[in-house]
Amino acid sequence: MRRHLVLCAATALFLAGCGSSTTPPQQSPQAGQSQKAEPVTVDWWHIATNDPGKSTLDKAAKAYMAEHPEVTIKITILENDAFKSKMSTVSSAGQAPDIFTTWGGGVLAQQVEAGLVKEVDLGEMKDSLTTAAVAPYVIDEKVYAVPTDIGMIGFWYNKDLFAKAGITEPPGTWSAYLEAVKKLKAAGIVPIALAGKEKWPGHFYWSYLAMRIAGLPALQQAAETKDFTNPDFVAAGQQLKALADLQPFQKGFENAAYPGPTGQSATVGNGKAAMELMGQWAPGSQKTEGKGLGEALGFFPFPAVEGGKGALTEAFGGGGGYAVGAEAPDAAVDFLKFLIAEERHAPAINDDLWLPIHKGEEATVSDPNKKAVAEALATATGFQLYLDQAYPPAVGQEVNDSVAQLIEGKKTPEEVVQSITEVAKSE
Amino acid sequence: MRRWVTITLFLLPALVLFVLLVLLPTLMAGYLSFFKWNGLGGLPTNYIGLDNYTRLFESDIFYGDLRTMGVIIVLSLLVQLPFSLAIAMLLHQRIRGRAFYRLVFFAPYVLSEAVTAVLFTMIFAPDESGLANAILGVVGLESEWFADESTVLLTLFVVMSWKYFGFHTLLYLAGRQGIPKELTEAAQIDGSTPWQVFRYVTLPLMGPTIRISAFLSVIGTIQLFDLVWILTGGGPSHSSETLAVTMMQFGFKRAQIGYASAISVVMFLLSLVFALWYQRYVMRRDLEGATVQ
Repeated sequence: MRRHLVLCAATALFLAGCGSSTTPPQQSPQAGQSQKAEPVTVDWWHIATNDPGKSTLDKAAKAYMAEHPEVTIKITILENDAFKSKMSTVSSAGQAPDIFTTWGGGVLAQQVEAGLVKEVDLGEMKDSLTTAAVAPYVIDEKVYAVPTDIGMIGFWYNKDLFAKAGITEPPGTWSAYLEAVKKLKAAGIVPIALAGKEKWPGHFYWSYLAMRIAGLPALQQAAETKDFTNPDFVAAGQQLKALADLQPFQKGFENAAYPGPTGQSATVGNGKAAMELMGQWAPGSQKTEGKGLGEALGFFPFPAVEGGKGALTEAFGGGGGYAVGAEAPDAAVDFLKFLIAEERHAPAINDDLWLPIHKGEEATVSDPNKKAVAEALATATGFQLYLDQAYPPAVGQEVNDSVAQLIEGKKTPEEVVQSITEVAKSE
Repeated sequence: MRRWVTITLFLLPALVLFVLLVLLPTLMAGYLSFFKWNGLGGLPTNYIGLDNYTRLFESDIFYGDLRTMGVIIVLSLLVQLPFSLAIAMLLHQRIRGRAFYRLVFFAPYVLSEAVTAVLFTMIFAPDESGLANAILGVVGLESEWFADESTVLLTLFVVMSWKYFGFHTLLYLAGRQGIPKELTEAAQIDGSTPWQVFRYVTLPLMGPTIRISAFLSVIGTIQLFDLVWILTGGGPSHSSETLAVTMMQFGFKRAQIGYASAISVVMFLLSLVFALWYQRYVMRRDLEGATVQ
């Protein structure tokens, strides 16, 4: 009875959301390959509510339908949060759309475990995509989504303020970095802007330090054994504490958001802080939230830690892509391959939509900031997905929460790894 | 017989809504709180008994939530409600522009919580750009407001009071207007001072209104969410977190629906026990005559 009610409610929501849908989607696993006559409908949920994303995706769908008259692609555009809540509604009823937005990692792994999505056969395309682009969607060595975008986190810095503090080149080692922070402080400049209220920007620091000190294999191993008590992770916390002890963040960072007129992005964009550790979207955001730095903006990767097991060339970041529902027709995967084929993907990069996912595609990028990220990614020797995305949601949030408390001086480096381990073991 | 048909007919629409939107979700939450469930793939199967509850009662965050709740309830009852009462008494006098003041004081209550929160984020900005620091800086009282653990609850309380005092003032004003003029006049003729009139005539007669306003204030605080979520997100370091914020964190950010349901059940029980106790002991006399014998 109860099950019935849940199903009814979910179905009602589902139908209401789909608006004009009158015919139920016809799905048979072999539909894509069988005779042309058999019509197929592909349900596609994405979150590109604005251009250029919205129109690019729409155009691609129309172009595909023109080539394959038997396929109807039905697009449902949802706002980010609405998408997430609608996804949880349909997935608790055990159903997923044929194609839907994903960021990979722990959430995708849970969907795989619940049998909501299926493995994607990339075919020949698998070799042309960069390792980093596919990495977020690999679960037990199987690929569960088609990537459209990949980016990485690094330091976005104000060249003018660095020069004012007498720093001639971006620091390549952690000790040089701490030295640079001290120089900025001495020159009366706020070294770093941080959105403490939102917690996720803070976890970038701990994650990168863990990658540099403990190395990538250690992070993957910790995820499997659910044990983060490795002394190298404690050392990462100690280095972050050493940074926080210099009080490098803007006044009142504990309650600062990322967007907004007093947020992290605007603080850097208005030249009130010298740098931020942020993803490829930072330059755009600095311009919309603040004035933007123009030519003065530069990018450098997270410095290497002396004696650490990780390398400067290992990247930390994430991207976006599309997962395929467990009962989706073959046309769904075929369409996704069509969507990201280089002749369609590369022009979209310069339309300000995506970043390169194909090998060598970075050569086509014209924007200098995007190029900096794309080149760093193209030469990356290893890739780690955002920890709050890679791990199950509860573990990821605990990383964010504990690290925030470490930065605010409420937790010791040892307590951070203990809390994370405790949550990981209980999952 | 005809009477029952009529009663059923009139009751049905409300009953259906009540069952569907109140009773059923409550029972669902109670049921889910015994499971470890991430909300995916059909119904929960991993029954873990009372584990979610024992985990909750061992969590520091839970006791922090209770502390936040306690502090805000005490401040509301001791500061916000007396302040509203004083304003109501003033607005009851014949003063110039009375209608204007009534409108102004009630206006914040009409604003949405999100708008209020965004507004005060700017006013209480931690640096020199905020209005509060610009004004208080003159006398050397700058603070980091929401960014500092020692001031966050007080700042939050100021915002809550600003938002809700108009509502309580309105209640008190209505209560005050319900008191017949003859009573206060009689006291004045007998030589009472204005304070005595207030203390021995007005205040006792306003008892029912004050009791209902205190009740609404406490229940509202137990369920406090929107303002905190936007203003502080519960931070810094959980120092302004409320039960509802914790529930949101675990249910929607950490995908632990079972645990979040346990939190919601505890919130429900707190409100229910308080409401029953309050009605039984504090509002007993006010409710007499409310039911037909």
